[in-house]
Amino acid sequence: MIAKIAAILWKDILSEYRTKEMLSSMIVFSLLVSVIFNFAFPPGSEALREAIPGILWMTIIFASLLGLNRSFVYEVDKGCLQGLMLAPIPRSAVYIAKSLVNFLFIILVEMIVLPIFAIFFDLNLIDSLGQLLLVIFLSTAGIAIIGTLFSAISVNTKSREIMLPIMYFPVFIPVIFGAVQSTTAIFQEESWKVIWGWLRIIIAFDVIFLIVALLTFEYVIEE
Amino acid sequence: MIQSMALNGIAIAVSDLSKTFGNQFALRNVSFQLPAGEFLTIFGPNGAGKTTLIRILSTLSKPSSGKAKIGNHSLPTESEAIRRQIGVIAHQTFLYEDLTADENLRFYGKLYGVRDLDARIESIISEVGLGLRRRDRVRTFSRGMQQRLSIARAMIHDPQFLFLDEPYTGLDQHASEMLSGWLKRVRSSNRTTLMVTHDLERGLEMADRVAILNHGKIVFDERQSAIDPKSFRQMYYELVGGGQPS
Repeated sequence: MIAKIAAILWKDILSEYRTKEMLSSMIVFSLLVSVIFNFAFPPGSEALREAIPGILWMTIIFASLLGLNRSFVYEVDKGCLQGLMLAPIPRSAVYIAKSLVNFLFIILVEMIVLPIFAIFFDLNLIDSLGQLLLVIFLSTAGIAIIGTLFSAISVNTKSREIMLPIMYFPVFIPVIFGAVQSTTAIFQEESWKVIWGWLRIIIAFDVIFLIVALLTFEYVIEE
Repeated sequence: MIQSMALNGIAIAVSDLSKTFGNQFALRNVSFQLPAGEFLTIFGPNGAGKTTLIRILSTLSKPSSGKAKIGNHSLPTESEAIRRQIGVIAHQTFLYEDLTADENLRFYGKLYGVRDLDARIESIISEVGLGLRRRDRVRTFSRGMQQRLSIARAMIHDPQFLFLDEPYTGLDQHASEMLSGWLKRVRSSNRTTLMVTHDLERGLEMADRVAILNHGKIVFDERQSAIDPKSFRQMYYELVGGGQPS
């Protein structure tokens, strides 16, 4: 099964390397939002400082939606999803591979966006980099876990670009909340205990929805 | 009934298969048996249920009721085992346009766990006449070349059963003739083949047996050798309704 998951990963990464459809739109969107918010607030203001974690996560989440929308559209448009479904592999292997690809792409975008955010909003990330990366890792896992499942659901609907965020956001609120609050705690140099409290919510969400997604993906991807 | 069929050289056994979408019947109690190595062509107009039948037999869709057995495996409980034994060719090629021909075959070969994949790709890509274009991206291929590569994709794991869903759609004369030539070779290779099409001429030419599906029901089932091609067209239009188009 691992070899088959690796085959799907290899195929998606190679396709993206050739087309750059997902990553380029995600990166350009993130940069535009960063620039716009940089001009929207007075430099160094208290309002900006308080809003930075929210801006950061809204940027990441909206950018990831662009990528998640493409995740299965790419397969469906050319009928390739049927080719994938005809292969003798468990449906859960397809889900795991797709989630991993989405996770990798979103992480890559975050690694580009984060330093730019630090420059634009005058953030010192060095001191709290480990904690921030942990928050990013866990929250991005949540984005990929639930986003991949909903992307598979929405891809067969007529207005799939609209359906994905409509389905995704209400379910995703615990992770958004946990990510913003833990990032705020990190920027305000609060204790690890406070940060860990929020991280636990994100971890619980990740685990629960991973189990739900693995159990339901077969039914989602079939009829 | 199905178990005894499998023991008597029956490769595909379909019994009372039905599929509904809401209140609409796509298939109504479809039953047929196909002996190993035979080529069955199922004709039918648009909306007759041909693609639904292929989708069910290839495990992409679950039947609402009825049974089907492919080889020694039952649907839908042994879907993964069935998928290992079938190759599907449709009008959609299932190919990734931004990957090369070689990369597409490598990807599908890995999914099917093909052993000695390099040698298999080498052999199958030469067989479909794309050896010189194997390093080119699929998006640079003509429709006919894409269909040839789709054949290689479907055959990469050397399947025992072949399902063809309107394989001639969108092909020009040359590509259609190439596909026909390849299907004739398939006939002689003892693979059990089921093709659904509305191309009467080509479908008849290939088949050992011919059936007509209309409104989700098998309304005709006969050996090809017992059919007069000239009168078949007239009979087909009478059976599917509306008479022969002028």
